[in-house]
Amino acid sequence: MVVAQQQKSGAFQVLVGKIDDVLQYAIGDPMRYLANWGRLYSLWPVHLETACCSVEIGAAAGSRFDMERFGALEAFGSLRQCDLLIVMGTVTRKLAPRLKLVYDQMAEPKWVIAMGACSITGGLYFDSYNVLRGIDDVIPVDVYVPGCPPRAEAFLQGLVLLQEKIRRAPSLSGR
Amino acid sequence: MTLETEYMPDADRIMSVSLGPQHPGAGHFRIKLWLDGDYVVRAEPDAGYVHRGEEKMGEYRNYTQNVPHLERPVILDSSNILLPYALGVDELMSNKIPARAQYLRVIMSETNRIISHMYFLAIQGLFLGHTTLITWCMGDRDFWIDFAERIAGARVTFAYIIPGGVRNDIPSFAIDKGLKLCDWFDKRMDEYEKIFFQNPMVHQRSDGIGVLSREDAIAYGATGTVARASGLAVDVRKDEPYSSYDDFEFKTPVMTQGDVYARSYVALLDMREAVKIIRQALKRLPPGPVRLKLGPQPRVPAGEVYSRTEGARGEMSYYIVSDGSPRPYRLKIGVPSAKNLRVLPVLLKNVHIADIPPIYWGLNYWPVEADR
Amino acid sequence: MSNVQAPTSPPPSKPTSVAPQVATTPQAPPAKLEPVRAKAFAAQITSAFPDVKVDWMKERRLKVSTTPARIEEVGIFVRGTLGFDHISTVSGVDWIARNELEVVYFLGSSTPGQEDFIVALSEHVARDNPVVPTMVDVWKGVEYHERETHEMFGINFQGHPNQSHLFLPEDWNDLPPLRKDYVSPGR
Repeated sequence: MVVAQQQKSGAFQVLVGKIDDVLQYAIGDPMRYLANWGRLYSLWPVHLETACCSVEIGAAAGSRFDMERFGALEAFGSLRQCDLLIVMGTVTRKLAPRLKLVYDQMAEPKWVIAMGACSITGGLYFDSYNVLRGIDDVIPVDVYVPGCPPRAEAFLQGLVLLQEKIRRAPSLSGR
Repeated sequence: MTLETEYMPDADRIMSVSLGPQHPGAGHFRIKLWLDGDYVVRAEPDAGYVHRGEEKMGEYRNYTQNVPHLERPVILDSSNILLPYALGVDELMSNKIPARAQYLRVIMSETNRIISHMYFLAIQGLFLGHTTLITWCMGDRDFWIDFAERIAGARVTFAYIIPGGVRNDIPSFAIDKGLKLCDWFDKRMDEYEKIFFQNPMVHQRSDGIGVLSREDAIAYGATGTVARASGLAVDVRKDEPYSSYDDFEFKTPVMTQGDVYARSYVALLDMREAVKIIRQALKRLPPGPVRLKLGPQPRVPAGEVYSRTEGARGEMSYYIVSDGSPRPYRLKIGVPSAKNLRVLPVLLKNVHIADIPPIYWGLNYWPVEADR
Repeated sequence: MSNVQAPTSPPPSKPTSVAPQVATTPQAPPAKLEPVRAKAFAAQITSAFPDVKVDWMKERRLKVSTTPARIEEVGIFVRGTLGFDHISTVSGVDWIARNELEVVYFLGSSTPGQEDFIVALSEHVARDNPVVPTMVDVWKGVEYHERETHEMFGINFQGHPNQSHLFLPEDWNDLPPLRKDYVSPGR
């Protein structure tokens, strides 16, 4: 008797599970896709220049490379509206706490592009007394764009890579 | 005298605000402001967010290895910071630079001056609320970058000017391209003048703002566009003609108003002179070798040298102390932004908050360069 | 220690010999090798201050050195009488072998005819207790340069309005980085 009841509830649970799966595929997945698709083409980078790579960001945002056609344009508004942090080069010991502060103020979901050799490993400044060897121990990084400085095209490729990552994000939260 | 107690009588009126380091008006740089309502009572720059210890790194590297990292701080103007370094090392080693290399140094240095001023004008357009100038300058700047890329092979960090000459010769097609670019850019600058500099809106937003008198410019050691906008005809190219600059005909543009408008306009006039120089140099490029063979680790005799050139923002200088070893004993980089930094608290007094970004950027201040 | 060793014989005590002008200006006639103007300026300074030592002279450069006690007078003379009215750069040098720190003021002029000339005014101070007078009253522009030299070399400029950190982080708790006995991490 007990066994039969267990079998029955087990079957019920399986049924519920199946419905859940079906719902997941029928509603959840399109919702996730839709939400992430919406995020994909409205990336708003924070205007936080950390070092010389910001020149190439300037070029990428300029009229020749035109970052806006990929759906990203530097936001000059509040940090709360931004969802992309581009670390433009070297992060020094003085800037690192400010970088963390900026990152913490941004609302989820948020992504980080580490641009340039300095923000990946310290680059040319590996033996400088004031430079962090990579920003991984300060904030998590989604896309690395190598170069010293990366060309504007390389940065745009990094941006497209990040969009691909957002498109394939497994959850509704975008992470 | 601490900052807190200085304004104690008005402590309830005066508010202190940080502008930056994350702020559209001040990237990688912070200005501590003391405000009385909308007026700035006092301002103090807080630099060092990009201090990377270039001078210490210079003591760990030999004279050739120093070339790439020295140009990173002044990435907008990367040839102009290598030129005084190369001149200084050449002077210590008594190198006789071939004439063609000297001309190529001039071409690259002036191209970089235009690239730097275009970036300056673009951001000045942004701060003065003139969106057309941003897109135009950023777009046209890339043609000059293309020209420099044809010569040196990189977009911004050229490492082209090295001790003993330049790294490689100019390809012949780049000469034609450069001459065409000069002709086109002359016409283009007339359009800039019409759309930006003769624009009544720009006049209203920048005339008489952040005025620096000639006396203050001298006293605080202002240099470059800031000094020339205040009526001080400083130009190292004219004063001590290095690298064959006395072969070319050009003028030193000087304005007397000393305000934000003059500082922007001097940049445009500078570019006109730079185009003139590039055209003359490309047309009269002498034949010959472009570099001396110095070897990977040049031996520099002991001695001291203070070399300086005119960069886009002003006087670039190096103080190199050599003790005869392969590495410099002391490498002091004197950059114009660090020299003009002292002017900022002088200008940011009794001005509106809205005028801070144009005044700040009008100094042609590049924090990465100042911090080194 | 680092692989940068202190020099055994530091250069600035060179005799006042003529340094040949390098071919930065190929059109310059060879007669220019004689630093006429540098000699004239040096003569003016040494006649007013006999204890001032001339380190080296070039066509457009002159370096003189004095003591911290005298530098303010010499500075006022160089600014007022010679007309070197603005600061170009201030640099420090750490002569660890001689246990000395050096501060060099590079002074430019806006007087017509001598804009191309740079006078370097230097002072030597013991490394153990580096206290020198500030030159802010002589040239206003030296304020931030001296602040930088203070944090990079640990030289105390007496009378300076604000010697807080300019470029280094606020929590810097180590030797001044440009001293020769400070070794960069990673080296």
